[in-house]
Amino acid sequence: MNSFVAVFKRELKSYFTTPIAYVFLIVFLFFSGYLTFKNGFFEMRQADMVVFFMNIPLLFVFLVPATSMRLWAEERRVGSIELLLSLPITVTQAVLGKFFSAWLFLVIALALTLPMVITVCYLGDPDFSLIITGYLGSVLLAGGFLSIGCFFSIVSKNQVISFVLSVVACAVLVFAGMPTTLNYLSAFLPAGLVSAIGNFSFQLHFESLQTGIVEFKDISYFILMIVGWIVASTYILEERKAY
Amino acid sequence: MHSDTEQQNRKKYLKNEKIFFIIKKTVFLYKVFCRAKHGENNMIRIEKLRKSFGPIVAVDEVSFNVEKGQVLGFLGPNGAGKSTVMKMLACFLRPDSGTATVCGYDILTDPIKVRQSIGYLAENVPLYNEMTVGDFLNFVCDARNIKGKERKRSLDRVVPMCSIDSVYHQTIDTLSKGYKRRVGLAQTLIHDPEVLILDEPTDGLDPNQKHEVRELINRMSKEKCIIVSTHILEEVDAVCSRTIIISKGKILVDSTPNKLKEQYNCSLDEVFRKITRKKTVAA
Repeated sequence: MNSFVAVFKRELKSYFTTPIAYVFLIVFLFFSGYLTFKNGFFEMRQADMVVFFMNIPLLFVFLVPATSMRLWAEERRVGSIELLLSLPITVTQAVLGKFFSAWLFLVIALALTLPMVITVCYLGDPDFSLIITGYLGSVLLAGGFLSIGCFFSIVSKNQVISFVLSVVACAVLVFAGMPTTLNYLSAFLPAGLVSAIGNFSFQLHFESLQTGIVEFKDISYFILMIVGWIVASTYILEERKAY
Repeated sequence: MHSDTEQQNRKKYLKNEKIFFIIKKTVFLYKVFCRAKHGENNMIRIEKLRKSFGPIVAVDEVSFNVEKGQVLGFLGPNGAGKSTVMKMLACFLRPDSGTATVCGYDILTDPIKVRQSIGYLAENVPLYNEMTVGDFLNFVCDARNIKGKERKRSLDRVVPMCSIDSVYHQTIDTLSKGYKRRVGLAQTLIHDPEVLILDEPTDGLDPNQKHEVRELINRMSKEKCIIVSTHILEEVDAVCSRTIIISKGKILVDSTPNKLKEQYNCSLDEVFRKITRKKTVAA
């Protein structure tokens, strides 16, 4: 547990000692605000955050891999992984430590969008359960993307390659659930298969959380995704750490 | 009546205590016996360690033991397998076959215990460049579970020892190569390990710093078991009580520097050249 905390603390600190955190926060906060107001926040004339949450998957597809790409790729390129894994730290502790610190960082980024909530409260009387489940969905989505990014960061020593691979993987898992994709697929695939593909995507479960209902299937989807990718990460790191 | 039961309880307690004492004694004697059987002072025991990378066999069934108080100079041409052996001892690489024990802990079954009892300085000294020296050493303390007063004591011991007081608050990125290596050395010594594994500890240091590092090794050599890999043969002369020369993953010579010099009647440099060249040609 101590080793986990040590890795977690070090990683979180390193976000804020390098410019990464600030660049990420500024870009994320700017675009999340900009897209919300541009996509008709005022025109809707409703005190809710639907427009804000609608843009989250698109933003995260690019921004989460940007934070996760350095998690292991950097460590392997510089060679500090040899230092890390010759301390009394197991591979699982190291992977979890890094993953949770990056996740907490993303949660901080989401928490900083709180002025959005205040704006909505000022303008009207919003349904808080919708906002809370919206944030819950966003946090889980960030975790899901992050676990994928973590995996691809181990796959390649090169940060650019790991970034591109994780963007593609995340994008595929988001767009598979978009209505346009599903409509297109239903033209030639059996209905059961189409709905299976839809259920496999982040989009559907994310949207389902936006309705204000926390369903077991959505939560379990995100948890399974995260656990699956993290377990895969530990296995692959054990294999590739020294090469 | 009441005191009777109390007395009986007391007798029972004493009897239990006696049995417990006998068991403890037997276990202790058994441990002593085991140690005597396996060579008491062997802190590192390597048995038929083998590692290959694809078709290249980096380490080919290497076996040797190192005792407490010994400084082993690990020599060999580039690509001989020195670093690979050291990485396996530090539980960073997993051997294909064979095993090793460090302080009685097996590297395959007890890697965390092994890592707790060794200090490992990797080749090229990888560090976290964006951290300050102080933050970095505190991170290592966190990972090694050194807390509170103990942490203060270890930092107070290690920082002057490696002469990094002046750069304690500086970012590692801005340090010169020599300072980086000293920070690396401080990291390996912070928990006062029984076993030290140093992969080219003086590489890239200026002559004064090299001298300091050698002094440091000499000072620690009595209570510890140290393996040093190096390309600088004068260093072997200066610090090592034993040398192993390894080439193409196999041990060629296991002797002491003085014996080698006597046997070949020339300097260590020439001995090294003779041994490694001869074997390469023969192979």
